[in-house]
Amino acid sequence: MPHYSIFTLARNALTGHDRWTEAWRSPPLKPHYDVVIVGGGGHGLATAYYLAKEHGITNVAVLEKGWIGGGNTGRNTTIVRSNYLYDESAGLYEHSLKLWEGLTRELNFNIMFSQRGVMNLAHDHHEARDLKRRVHANRLNGVDSEWLDRKAVLKFCPVLNGDPGIRYPVYGATLQRRAGVARHDAVAWGYARGADAAGVDIIQNCEVTGFTIDQGRIAGVETTRGVVKARKVGVVVAGHASVLAGMAGIRLPIETHPLQALVSEPLKPILHTVVMSNAVHAYCSQSDKGELVIGAGSDLYVSYAQRGGFNVIEETMTAIVEMFPIFSRVNMMRQWAGIVDICPDASPIIAKMPVAGLYFNCGWGTGGFKATPGSGHVFAHTIARDEPHPINAPFTLERFSSGALVAEHGAAAVAH
Amino acid sequence: MMQIPCPWCGPREQQEFRCGGEAHIVRPADPAALDDAGWADYVFMRRNPRGIHRDMWNHVHGCRRWFYLARDTVTDQILAVYKVGEPPPEVDADAPGTAEPGR
Repeated sequence: MPHYSIFTLARNALTGHDRWTEAWRSPPLKPHYDVVIVGGGGHGLATAYYLAKEHGITNVAVLEKGWIGGGNTGRNTTIVRSNYLYDESAGLYEHSLKLWEGLTRELNFNIMFSQRGVMNLAHDHHEARDLKRRVHANRLNGVDSEWLDRKAVLKFCPVLNGDPGIRYPVYGATLQRRAGVARHDAVAWGYARGADAAGVDIIQNCEVTGFTIDQGRIAGVETTRGVVKARKVGVVVAGHASVLAGMAGIRLPIETHPLQALVSEPLKPILHTVVMSNAVHAYCSQSDKGELVIGAGSDLYVSYAQRGGFNVIEETMTAIVEMFPIFSRVNMMRQWAGIVDICPDASPIIAKMPVAGLYFNCGWGTGGFKATPGSGHVFAHTIARDEPHPINAPFTLERFSSGALVAEHGAAAVAH
Repeated sequence: MMQIPCPWCGPREQQEFRCGGEAHIVRPADPAALDDAGWADYVFMRRNPRGIHRDMWNHVHGCRRWFYLARDTVTDQILAVYKVGEPPPEVDADAPGTAEPGR
């Protein structure tokens, strides 16, 4: 793998940019692997990368039914933060944020991680109390978090509507300064390149259609390109988790919903941070290209159509225009939906399954992007050692029968 | 976005409705005898099919009554609508049922 640097850039510029080599190979599918990862999104590629790098397991295939990063990895609003209320979540997301902080260097690939801060707005006294409680919980867990009163909020983000007479006036906000955004495609590409360099086979256009299970133990996967034997199989397929689990005879507590987002035409720099509001159910940041990136709440019915209803867009834009009247005449350019796997407690499942050698990493719901590095890191550990990393030990499938839920609905300070 | 055929009010915009989730989940007949896994199955586990799904809807901004839809979750097409207490009609994803198809 050629090292990317200012010198490779200069050398390729001088030769007309026609000597760049592929960032990863397109190898043929082998009949046998030590580990097969199903799903070539950020989480799956990160898992393969850490399997190779941290655990020395390089006979690995990542099977992707479409193309690398073409699912939810390319459909999220790129927000990265770790200000979750509960200890279990704080541990998981903070582990991830620490990996984000060194990821560009680690992968030798510019993921454009920008720690521009994430603000969660409070619009009334009670919401403020709730958010302050979370600030204190975050600090006790070593997660940076601070409370800004109304004046400080408007100083930090002057384009916010400061009119106290609106339906949801700004009362205050929490701010996590280490939070921010990252270039989502680059995360998938960087991990793909790193995993490939370590010997991982990335197989695109290869859909898994079933599992081979021999006496309660995984033996391989059936795909649209033939049967592949594997000692262990890790499944990281977001919205289709229930479908894949069904193939192995496992029921999951997951429902699949569309989650919509949209972007505006590019503007000059106007919004330097990420603003989220739970009460009005909208969040907004500005990409480096200048587009406003706007997220909505999920549609409330089960659907695998990557589309969603217009009413959600309308409600989101109503909220955005009240929060930022300055954006009222901005044109929206594109709208899309990803299909997300929502757990009843809004926390993921990163765990061994009842079938030996089968592992699932799913249920990230509306907020999985931020966890990409940490998720891959602990999932690789779980697969390699056949036991969870202490960080993902609470995120089992069994918690739904034991009652030890990690109930982050609302507690995460974000509209789910 | 779907246009939903309320069995009492006729076709209305989806915005007028709230989805109540998977239909026909039967409360355990003998709750006291149920173990933890049985409770988890009843409370949390869902079919979540890629294909035909039957879900409950409430016409919250209309007649405020509950009813059932059979929908194709891949296309969001509505295949059948039926009232509470009515037997669930057979549906075939390839042959749209009696109801107005969703858009």
